[in-house]
Amino acid sequence: MSKPIKQIHLAAHFPGVNSTTVWSDPTSGSQTDFASFVHLARTAERGKFDFFFLAEGLRLREHRGQIFELDVVGRPDSLTVLAALAAVTEHLGLAATLNTTFNEPYELARQFASLDHLSRGRAAWNAVTSPDAFTGENFRRGGFLDPALRYQRAEEFIVVVRELWDSWDDDALVADAESGEFTRERAVRTFDHTGAQFAISGEFNVPRSPQGYPVQIQAGDSDEGRELAAAYSDVIFSRHSGLRDGQAFYTDVKGRLARYGRESDELKIIPAATAIVGDTETDARERFDHIRRQQVSPQGAIAFLEQVWGRDLSSYDPDGPLPAIDPDVDGGNSITRGRVRHEKDPLAVATKWREIAEAKNLSIRELIIEVTTRTAFVGTPGYVAETINEYVQNDAADGYILVPHLTPHGLDDFVDLVVPELQERGVFRTDYVGTTLREHLGLMRPRSARPEIDLATR
Amino acid sequence: MTRTTGHLHLGVSLDGAGSHPAAWQEPDSDAGHLFDASRIVDLALIAERGTLDFVTLDDSFALQSPGTDRVRGRLDALLALARVAPLTNGIGLVPTVTTTHTEPFHISKNVATLDLVSAGRGGWRAQVSSTEVEATHFGRKPVATDSDLHAEAAEVIEVVRRLWDSWDDDAVIRDQATGRYIDRDRLHYVDFVGRFFKVRGPSITPRSPQAQPLVAIDADSDASIAVASSLADIAVIQALDAESARARRLELRRRAGDAGRDEDALFVLGTVDALFADGTASAAAQRARLDAIDTEPPARSTLDFVGTASDFAMLAEDWFRSGAVDGFIVRPARLPRDLLHLVDGVVPVLRERGVFRSFYGGNTLRDHFGLVRPANRFAAAR
Repeated sequence: MSKPIKQIHLAAHFPGVNSTTVWSDPTSGSQTDFASFVHLARTAERGKFDFFFLAEGLRLREHRGQIFELDVVGRPDSLTVLAALAAVTEHLGLAATLNTTFNEPYELARQFASLDHLSRGRAAWNAVTSPDAFTGENFRRGGFLDPALRYQRAEEFIVVVRELWDSWDDDALVADAESGEFTRERAVRTFDHTGAQFAISGEFNVPRSPQGYPVQIQAGDSDEGRELAAAYSDVIFSRHSGLRDGQAFYTDVKGRLARYGRESDELKIIPAATAIVGDTETDARERFDHIRRQQVSPQGAIAFLEQVWGRDLSSYDPDGPLPAIDPDVDGGNSITRGRVRHEKDPLAVATKWREIAEAKNLSIRELIIEVTTRTAFVGTPGYVAETINEYVQNDAADGYILVPHLTPHGLDDFVDLVVPELQERGVFRTDYVGTTLREHLGLMRPRSARPEIDLATR
Repeated sequence: MTRTTGHLHLGVSLDGAGSHPAAWQEPDSDAGHLFDASRIVDLALIAERGTLDFVTLDDSFALQSPGTDRVRGRLDALLALARVAPLTNGIGLVPTVTTTHTEPFHISKNVATLDLVSAGRGGWRAQVSSTEVEATHFGRKPVATDSDLHAEAAEVIEVVRRLWDSWDDDAVIRDQATGRYIDRDRLHYVDFVGRFFKVRGPSITPRSPQAQPLVAIDADSDASIAVASSLADIAVIQALDAESARARRLELRRRAGDAGRDEDALFVLGTVDALFADGTASAAAQRARLDAIDTEPPARSTLDFVGTASDFAMLAEDWFRSGAVDGFIVRPARLPRDLLHLVDGVVPVLRERGVFRSFYGGNTLRDHFGLVRPANRFAAAR
């Protein structure tokens, strides 16, 4: 018996504050104007995407002790933008990152339940941990959280907000003037939670929202992150956009679900990806190379290098060779603040980069472009569609979240040219069938806390 | 600054089914859809038709009322008004955001973003969370004293205003030659150190269309009067008669002057619960009917108007012209009915009397109050 054809899931990310966005291009629009968000969201909805995603900003990035100037900086608040986008979209899911360190469960639970109401069931929450003291300087408790405890706090946070969302029955709201009953008797319950991170009790003040719980997203690549996702998430983002590395991640994460009594299709794996289309393969490749050069400016290349080398390299020529000196192992951890760190061992990285640069005769800038390029879908619309489909059908992913390099027009081509190819192949929806994000993603709605009145079984 | 608008100001609350606890039982209340966006949008559009200054929504971390016979539940006020923003075009949007259990940094960027998505119509009604119930929802220590709650609120408002100025208007430079998207000299660390918290800054969000969205602060206790007179653009008072309103207004203005502020830059709005009908007797009867349904009427500390639209227009004009208030925040007893009376009955009379606008002359909430967009306090040093 052959495997059933998987339907592909697609999402759109309005990138914020890193070098993905090419601000120097003449067609690059405002990173802050609401109109930019509207355009990208409407493009995604036109393309029948599952959802639109915004990340989170908590502190401006610093490099060598000063605010980093080279990348896009500054973003509006994500939830507020999503609430506004709910007014100008109908079906598109609306997802935002909110961290579990510098937020409190009661407030976050209210905000996402509210967004779910205001969008008629399209809200999603990407839970991330941000423990560091640098970020904490903008918040009341400062750097209060021991980094070793950040997943403990995240897990307990998720458990608590679900207790809050479960404290109202689905059918609690009656609004019956004849009987004088606004809420049904015993349909709104108290909660009481005591744990390592939170000790709160009382009553939640938002009715249960259309999706029961907003869709849960996570992005952890570490073992702890993958385990947390397997236990709680509906969607997991990843950096593994290639075929082999995608399959490895997919197998690993899906393999963890059974332990939690979950089926394989209850967690969707959605790596971030870039798609560049052209009339011919050569045309697309040339565009991609040009974009990569735009994304890694001469000054940007030096800054990248400094993140690994941990020292001032401003005297180096970006078109020249890598530094002969070694990285300053202690300096690396403090030279860049506010950015997710991926390099664990600067000396090893430097050695590897030197080998690559030597083998291919690359300048600093060329080397940075080489090592920071992640797998991308580059080619004709047909090729891009074929490849995405191949990867999904071969379980490298359940779909992709596309990150354009230009905002707000960066997904116009994909929607106009690639989506029809996917639809023609019968692997992507030609129209929305359901109204909620859970329905788009093929996810069950969580049962009411009191199964005897679960609406699904009525 | 001399007042450039010679008219009074009106805000309206869109909370729940109306300010009367039994309002949800009215046939036209649409009480089954109190958490639907489209209902809130429709109400805001009615208010906008009346060229009101702003709509407001209350917010709290507590669940209202223990019984099953009153409205319970509320949406996050700021997100609800952000939802309204793209579908409205002139009316201000002033949600309540509390200061006691929230992060000032989040408040700053959230209100700035409301301003952004509404093209300059954002405002913030700052309130404290004074109950133990709310504190228990956050696992906090026992509730602070009224004095401390307001001292903390003052710090929150102060640091939010500084964060709103932490970006110069022209911070984004997109300079190709140097590869710089931004000029860091046009960003400012706030470095606020207070009794209750510290914030480094800068904000994560660029300077918004109004630069400083309007801040409304309740001014009913000694502690809150102190905060409002020094930090508010709009002071909200609860006065039962014109005399006490006038006294409070004069006090607020005097104290604003003492704090080095232009007295005319502080607007004093009185709250009023309003139930309207075509005749005085029928208004009283309709109110009696509601009171009979809801067997525990709330204690009233705010002006409570029951009567005709034209009588209210007369009262409003009288209070305004005699200097008792600069306007009102109206809480319609029943939504949408009393909002419709306000817009179709009260506003036309006020316009005729020359004390209310007939159209929005400007685009922002500041414009409606005749307030100029302030310069950046940090940029002055450049």
